[in-house]
Amino acid sequence: MLVFIIRRLLQSVVVLFVMSLLVFAGVYAIGNPIDILISPDATQADRADAIARLGLDKPMYVQYLVFLGQAAAGNLGKSFAFNIPAIELIFERMPATLELAVFAMGLAVVLGLPLGLYAGLKPKSLGGRAIMAGSILGFSLPTFWVGLMLIMVFAVFAGVLPSNGRGPTTLLLGVPVSFLSLDGLKHLLLPGFTLALLNIALIIRLARSGTQEALMMDYIKFARAKGLSNARIVGVHVLKNIMIPIVTVIALQFGSVIAFSVVTETIFAWPGMGKLLIDSINVLDRPVIVAYLLIIVTLFIFVNLVVDLLYSVLDPRVRLTDSGQ
Amino acid sequence: MSPAEQTPFRRFVEEFAENRLAVAGAVMLAAILVIALTAPWIAPQNPYDLAQLDVLDAKLEPGAKLGNGRTALLGTDDQGRDMVAGIFYGLRISLFVGVAATVLALLIGATAGMLAAWLGGRVDGLLMRIADIQLSFPPILIALVLLALLGQGLGKIITALVAVQWAYYARTVRGAALVERRREYIEAAQVLALPPARIVFRHLLPNCMPPLIVIATVQVASAITLEATLSFLGLGLPITEPSLGLLIANGFNFLLSGKYWISFFPGIALLLMIVSINLVGDQLRDVLNPRLKK
Repeated sequence: MLVFIIRRLLQSVVVLFVMSLLVFAGVYAIGNPIDILISPDATQADRADAIARLGLDKPMYVQYLVFLGQAAAGNLGKSFAFNIPAIELIFERMPATLELAVFAMGLAVVLGLPLGLYAGLKPKSLGGRAIMAGSILGFSLPTFWVGLMLIMVFAVFAGVLPSNGRGPTTLLLGVPVSFLSLDGLKHLLLPGFTLALLNIALIIRLARSGTQEALMMDYIKFARAKGLSNARIVGVHVLKNIMIPIVTVIALQFGSVIAFSVVTETIFAWPGMGKLLIDSINVLDRPVIVAYLLIIVTLFIFVNLVVDLLYSVLDPRVRLTDSGQ
Repeated sequence: MSPAEQTPFRRFVEEFAENRLAVAGAVMLAAILVIALTAPWIAPQNPYDLAQLDVLDAKLEPGAKLGNGRTALLGTDDQGRDMVAGIFYGLRISLFVGVAATVLALLIGATAGMLAAWLGGRVDGLLMRIADIQLSFPPILIALVLLALLGQGLGKIITALVAVQWAYYARTVRGAALVERRREYIEAAQVLALPPARIVFRHLLPNCMPPLIVIATVQVASAITLEATLSFLGLGLPITEPSLGLLIANGFNFLLSGKYWISFFPGIALLLMIVSINLVGDQLRDVLNPRLKK
């Protein structure tokens, strides 16, 4: 177990290093940020001053080494556009993204689990079939388009839900959150559902096939023979056994949800770090792009590690070997 | 039909036709292919020839009459472009990007997988480690990173899609090849002292094809969705090559004023294309998977 963790951590450091190199080299190659950040009317002296201030006059490898040294110290450069440290900017936007992601995941479980259970218990019924057809649609629908259509129906035609922004935020343990006020919750609903859609479909499928498998097991027959109520059989015995794959998928999908929030946040103008990334790409704000990518890669490596460990805790049949196979 | 008349292809068609939904999907897909291939001839106008557009026709509702007397069935966009024409051309570009990316990724991935399975050892270890690491990140993130680095353009988005997808093929081919290479026909070919390249490409590869075909179908659909998503974000294709994603993105600007059709109909076209590809892919998987044969 320890060997496994150490191996994984070492591997993570290598991935992170390669990513930093790739990202830096690539961002350097995109274009010339001088042209974008300095007004064409600026005098020659102003230009030279700005270039020196941003460190853009140094050779590429020097810029990278400076960047690497500072990155190790937690300093990923100042945003060209906002003139505040990039990492600060990202951490400032992170709570909004995390709130959206957690809300979407919660929504996916709350909606997906009961629907999947029902479809598994009554696969032949009309409701069961409709749920499965819906989940197939959930896989095929282009998510960003669903977001637009939700805006169209609920914000434009019905006018009941807001189409953009985060609404008022309240401080919870020093972190601004939206879900504590009714208006904030309304703002969360559309982006949250858009982000949850794919995972609802996924959880429905997992819960359904898990339920169908569990129902055929001897322990369920035994529980029935003992005369346990249906509610107890489904609620305790079936549910407990289908949770392993579902918990794993939730953990695994959490990373994807954060990555995909880039799209959702852009549609709903949700002020999270995904929208920040797209805005930064549009103005070639290099430090922010680099910082975002490194932070998200770190986040991913961490999530994947947690999932692997969680898996071995939840399912004793999975044994972690140090061969990494 | 007498058994003598049965060819592998005919048997395949018969098995495929057992699922009516899949047949419907195949028909729909064929129709989409025809539209995409013949768009310049069947579209009511060339939507990117400014001489054929009239600003007075801009943002008309579905079914409205254009200035030249023709009816725009699905309405017009902000440039006075008939949405039908826009969608036909959009299908063409989306499909081209999806297929081109998939074919390239298939070639690269299959070669990498074959090499890994045939050479084993360090090559195998290295290639599969890269694939593993890559597969642990969601495709959208990898594509976003690459496009943030590469910039916009048709070639660039195809590159990004290939980079996202090669690993799936590499893993699949490696898995299939590892099983197949222990079979007797490979041993026989080796005993005959055939050159390794011939064994790999003429004997091993054809026998690894079925799972590849299945994955490739599903991957075309996901490549198309991914391209549409990236184009929607403004990171995919440039405005000179308007895929369905760009049409939807353009419609987004007018959605809040209730002009739904500019992004609604391209989305429906995208959805129909993806659903039909997925239906065909699902059935292909059932037909080509020997384990499911009765």
